[in-house]
Amino acid sequence: MSASSKSGGKPANERWELRLYTAGQTPKSLAAIRNLKKVCEEHLPGRYEIEVIDLLQNPRLAKDHQIIAIPTLVRKLPDPIRKIIGDLSDVDRTLVGLDLRPRSPNP
Amino acid sequence: MREKVGKTAHKTNRGSGRPASEALDTLPKVLTGIAGLDEITGGGFPKGRPTLVCGAAGCGKTLLAMEFLVRGVTEYGEPGAFIAFEETAEELAQNVRSLGFDLDELQAKGKLSIDYVRIERSEIEETGEFDLEGLFVRLGLAIDSIGAKRVVLDTLETLFGGFSNQAILRSELRRLFRWLKDKGVSAVITAERGEGLLTRQGLEEYVSDCVILLDHRVTENVSTRRLRIVKYRGTTHGTNEYPFLIDEEGFSVLPLTSAGLNHPVSDERISSGIPRLDAMLGGKGYFRGSSILVSGTAGTGKTSLAAHFAAETCRRGERCLYLAFEESPTQIMRNMRSIGIDLEPCVKKGLLKIHASRPTFQGLEMHLVQMHKMVSDFEPAAVVVDPISNFTASGASADAESMLLRLVDFLKARQITGFMTNLTAGGNAWEKTDVGISSIIDTWLLVRDIELGGERNRGLYVLKSRGMKHSNQIREFLLTSEGVQLEDVYVGPEGVLTGSMRAAQEARERAESLLRGQEIQQKQRELDRRRAALEAQIASLRAEFEATESEAARIAAQDKASEALIRADRDAAALRRGADAQTGNSTRGKGK
Repeated sequence: MSASSKSGGKPANERWELRLYTAGQTPKSLAAIRNLKKVCEEHLPGRYEIEVIDLLQNPRLAKDHQIIAIPTLVRKLPDPIRKIIGDLSDVDRTLVGLDLRPRSPNP
Repeated sequence: MREKVGKTAHKTNRGSGRPASEALDTLPKVLTGIAGLDEITGGGFPKGRPTLVCGAAGCGKTLLAMEFLVRGVTEYGEPGAFIAFEETAEELAQNVRSLGFDLDELQAKGKLSIDYVRIERSEIEETGEFDLEGLFVRLGLAIDSIGAKRVVLDTLETLFGGFSNQAILRSELRRLFRWLKDKGVSAVITAERGEGLLTRQGLEEYVSDCVILLDHRVTENVSTRRLRIVKYRGTTHGTNEYPFLIDEEGFSVLPLTSAGLNHPVSDERISSGIPRLDAMLGGKGYFRGSSILVSGTAGTGKTSLAAHFAAETCRRGERCLYLAFEESPTQIMRNMRSIGIDLEPCVKKGLLKIHASRPTFQGLEMHLVQMHKMVSDFEPAAVVVDPISNFTASGASADAESMLLRLVDFLKARQITGFMTNLTAGGNAWEKTDVGISSIIDTWLLVRDIELGGERNRGLYVLKSRGMKHSNQIREFLLTSEGVQLEDVYVGPEGVLTGSMRAAQEARERAESLLRGQEIQQKQRELDRRRAALEAQIASLRAEFEATESEAARIAAQDKASEALIRADRDAAALRRGADAQTGNSTRGKGK
């Protein structure tokens, strides 16, 4: 995973655009929204934007955005686009996935 | 248990697909529209249930699945959704364009939807519980947007590469298959073949209704694609491995129904193209729909006999398919012209189709599939295979035998006359080598060399001919510029003579008979002469007799006349004497 090598973190003023795909109000989706908000408040206070897309309302977007697993979190900005699946309950992996923390040496 | 055993045996015995109608009441099926596949599955894939198609890379899984969808749209009016995990819609469209499938058009018409699901492991970080609802949403959309009745997932196993949490994946797959069943779509799921398993990820665990295995095997450098129905719950099906072909018209599976011993037979007789040979075959030639084998050593005129038959078939206005495995079409036509058979007009009229290929070009099964297809397309009245012996060279002889058996059965079932030639090895084993296929042959002609007096001549005889009274004689077989001619061989006190010895013997006999003829004529003439002489004698005697007779008559008449004269004189004298003119007086006077 070469993308994770830039471990120095992002410039503090960078805007984060995150999109969370869910399918209905399932416990997993709700947990994901809760966990995401928590992580953002902790690491990206004031410079993040979360868009929640319910695929049951917009099924076409699943195809257009290549979504298979639910919940899926997509980091649209900053570049590059990153995809995280799951309810984000594993905070460490979430941070790694969002590139907010360098990948730990022992996986 | 007992019943099950019996059933299995029954199935194996038959070894073939059964008509769709028989299975209809047990399990509803959807026709795949793929040539041959519907026959061996007894009516297609299970309706509203998933079917698993597995096989190694490059054996045609995607194509089978795609054809299932496309035929569904074009032939049965069932829209289809293709969920591709490996190739994009563009790639898929490109791949099947050569088969004449226009995916773009079908998509534009709203009959087909293709969704490419991209899974990139490197982009996915798993952070806890998840499910595959996104895939379900996409599937649901694909199905509902066009009202799809058929769905293809190609290949689901890619998912296993994309996610590390196998437990979730497996439970989601289980849910997926249940969901597909609930949706009531007839689904085809493809999967890669695994070590010791049908599929690498054990997908057969989820799809239990119908499992089809594709195989691409190479034996002796010749590849053959095969298809087998591993399981098909709730229905009988062909259990054999069936060869299949992928060509410009798509997929075709050859239903190798070798158990077809209930084909109709015809009493109609068709000419062999050689009047003398017809005479040997009970005077009327072959039976229509029978199988004919001509075997013989090299250069004995097998192809010439075949060409005669082909030309005769075309002359009757029927189509003939000539499968040549030794010579090119033009070579055959040139060679046959030299013996006075012009096949070119037949080809031009479209009555004769010569297809030449090398036996080693593909496996036996593929040849069979191809013949099958050509016969189905061309619908000939007769098929010539020249020669069949080359097949034994391209594969094991047992395989070749079974292939010929199936070919003959196939032709017979369609009432097509099959004419095969067979090159036998030299020596005296010509009858033995063909024993394997003898049982399926109805009329077996043998052409052989007869070496005599420093010459090599050809002899032909009918080894067997079922259902007709055939000649038991050897005929000398001549290739002339007017075609094949059969001559009686000379059988006499000096044995069987052929060629110039026969000609010499015949000349001798002709001279003898001429001589005999002359003698007889001479005797005849003598007899004639004597008869003429006798007749002349009889005539002269008769003339003499007649002369005598007329003389006698003349004398009698004279006698009568003179008596009358005398009486008249006497009466006149009596009058002169002046007597009393009494008759009594005159009588008395006369008495004085």
